[in-house]
Amino acid sequence: MLNYITSYLSSSVTPGQAGNIFWATVYILLVFVGLSLAVISMNWLERKALAHMQVRLGPMRVGPHGLLQPIADALKLLLKEDIIPDGADKLIFWLSPFLVVTTVFTVFIVVPFGPTHAVTDMNIGILFMLGVSSLTVLGIVMAGWASNSHYPLIGSLRSSAQMVSYEIAMGLAVISAVLMTSLHGVGLYGVSASGSGTGTLSMIEIVRAQLEQQTWFVFKFFPLGLIAFVIFAIAMVAESNRAPFDLPEAESELTAGFHTEYSGFRWSLFFLAEYSGMLAVSSIAVTLWLGGWLRPFPNWLSGSTWDLIFSLFPGATFLFLTVVTFLGVRKMPKHPYFRLETFGLAGLGACLGLVALILFIPAVRDRVQDIYWFSIKVAVFMYLYIWYRGTFPRYRFDQLMKVGWKVLLPIGIGVLILTAIAGIVL
Amino acid sequence: MQPVATTFFFYFLAGLSIVSGIAVILRKNPVHSALALIVTLLAQAGLYLMLYAPFVAGVQIILYAGGIMVLFLFVIMLVNIERSQKEEQFNKQWFAGLLAALALGGLFVFVYVKGPALFQKQTLPIPEQSNTQQIGVMLYGNYMFAFEIASLLLLVAIIGAVVMAKKRI
Amino acid sequence: MTPITTVHYLVVAAALFALGVIGVLTRRNVVIVLMSIELILNAVNLNLIAFSRLWGLHGQIFAIFVVTDAAAEAAVGLGILIAFFRNKETVNVDEVDLLKW
Repeated sequence: MLNYITSYLSSSVTPGQAGNIFWATVYILLVFVGLSLAVISMNWLERKALAHMQVRLGPMRVGPHGLLQPIADALKLLLKEDIIPDGADKLIFWLSPFLVVTTVFTVFIVVPFGPTHAVTDMNIGILFMLGVSSLTVLGIVMAGWASNSHYPLIGSLRSSAQMVSYEIAMGLAVISAVLMTSLHGVGLYGVSASGSGTGTLSMIEIVRAQLEQQTWFVFKFFPLGLIAFVIFAIAMVAESNRAPFDLPEAESELTAGFHTEYSGFRWSLFFLAEYSGMLAVSSIAVTLWLGGWLRPFPNWLSGSTWDLIFSLFPGATFLFLTVVTFLGVRKMPKHPYFRLETFGLAGLGACLGLVALILFIPAVRDRVQDIYWFSIKVAVFMYLYIWYRGTFPRYRFDQLMKVGWKVLLPIGIGVLILTAIAGIVL
Repeated sequence: MQPVATTFFFYFLAGLSIVSGIAVILRKNPVHSALALIVTLLAQAGLYLMLYAPFVAGVQIILYAGGIMVLFLFVIMLVNIERSQKEEQFNKQWFAGLLAALALGGLFVFVYVKGPALFQKQTLPIPEQSNTQQIGVMLYGNYMFAFEIASLLLLVAIIGAVVMAKKRI
Repeated sequence: MTPITTVHYLVVAAALFALGVIGVLTRRNVVIVLMSIELILNAVNLNLIAFSRLWGLHGQIFAIFVVTDAAAEAAVGLGILIAFFRNKETVNVDEVDLLKW
């Protein structure tokens, strides 16, 4: 039994491939916990960052600088009354939040946090991810239908039309990136003469191909990889119904669209699904174009000193966060009313400092590298989502469909054709 | 561990797809039927995975469950079904239809059980190249013509569907 | 238990086919008839892929083409349904009994 558990630790494949159910379950639980933490912190970050962009402060009351706000929100949502509209189809009303959450969480089975840190690695990894994220459309359509009210119906129809249209642009951009995995040549325009087209759809192999070709696919064939990445970045924002494509769920337009009639826990499931969907498509973008778990310049700046420098980044990040927290502690008001909050913030600073110290230990340092770089890149994308929401005005629905079909689709096809030609001719 | 899991998953997925298939044809509410059909399609994708056809399983999930069923749900919503749910659900000839279909199914099963000598016994070995790659090579090699015609067919279907669903031609 | 052979998959496909045929022959709602046709196509697909395990990849390629054609056919069929519904306000198959309305 113990042998079963420890025999995996020296393996070089993911638990799903090794057939080790115990470790696969452990990874699944870690993904669950990680996702929940990410969604909670994303909630707080969104409200604070959006507020600061709009020259106001955001939540400040619940904890120091509103840090306990997400917990208060979660409690409130759990304790709210569960209302089901009168003529609603009870089975489908009950089922659709679970369907959406299940499909979004299933996407995370193949997301690679490291060369062996995925739940499993399927041969058809990227195809599976695209397919399962297209199942979320079903949940949204059912949610709007089951509410038996016209705002949710219109919202869900618009939302699903939007998601289906932008899925096509996403798929074309993904195919362009997958084409680049079969080239085996080194560098920005490198195409190997002996490249025999052994491309792959598996997520871990795509990152390995970027490592082997010594260039992130966003820079490969210079403008083409970048254009494909930009198409995917736009399509993924539209796919997750976020600003500026959030007409189906904007408050001023449709009173919250397809999740209008859902209250309390059911709404929080939709909320969880939306943010997890954002994380999922950001993970796809990071894996396909930005080199997944690879640190910057793994081949160019190689050698043990550079490895050491880059391995100090995780600890340095947490040290920076600790410093910021203690600066915040210094700026807290000195009134006795705020004593508890000041203590809390200082305690948080101490915890972050402890984590930073742990991350400086060499044994931990080397293992955490891959997960850290992947998480940092996904975190950049999350911040970009918040930034878009604070900056861009909302697209009208016909403009939205026009962008999806008449702008992104032709550019996507063009990039695909040019990538294929570049791969053969160069 | 392997063989037991395979048997369990086969019976589970096959049972799920047949039970959902029965739900598709029996439910009064078309939305429930559509949901049952989605479950059938996903169980089918699982069966394809068991038959070592991962690419077709992926295609099934993306196209069938994620595309065609969304189309069905859209149309069910556009068509007023409240009245149709109160009407009689089955034909007058339902008994004859049931008998005919069961006879057909029985004929199939009879043929399969009596003539297994028709099928060669051993399955093909799983080749080294990945399934997607082999399918790609064959699709763009032997079946290129059929591929192009399929894309033409889809174009015709798109134009046809748009023309028919428009309010004024 | 007995190992799972090709015949098991063929029996499942035959059952789905029979269910689809029952749906097409007995239901009165056009949408459900169309969904039963999708069931029939799925049964055929399962048959093809079960045999492709024995005789090569051609079965899987045929299955991909069947899925493509099913999509095209569902789109056109539902377009016809919408055009018909706009005129006659019903989805009952028995009421499609005039060539011109």
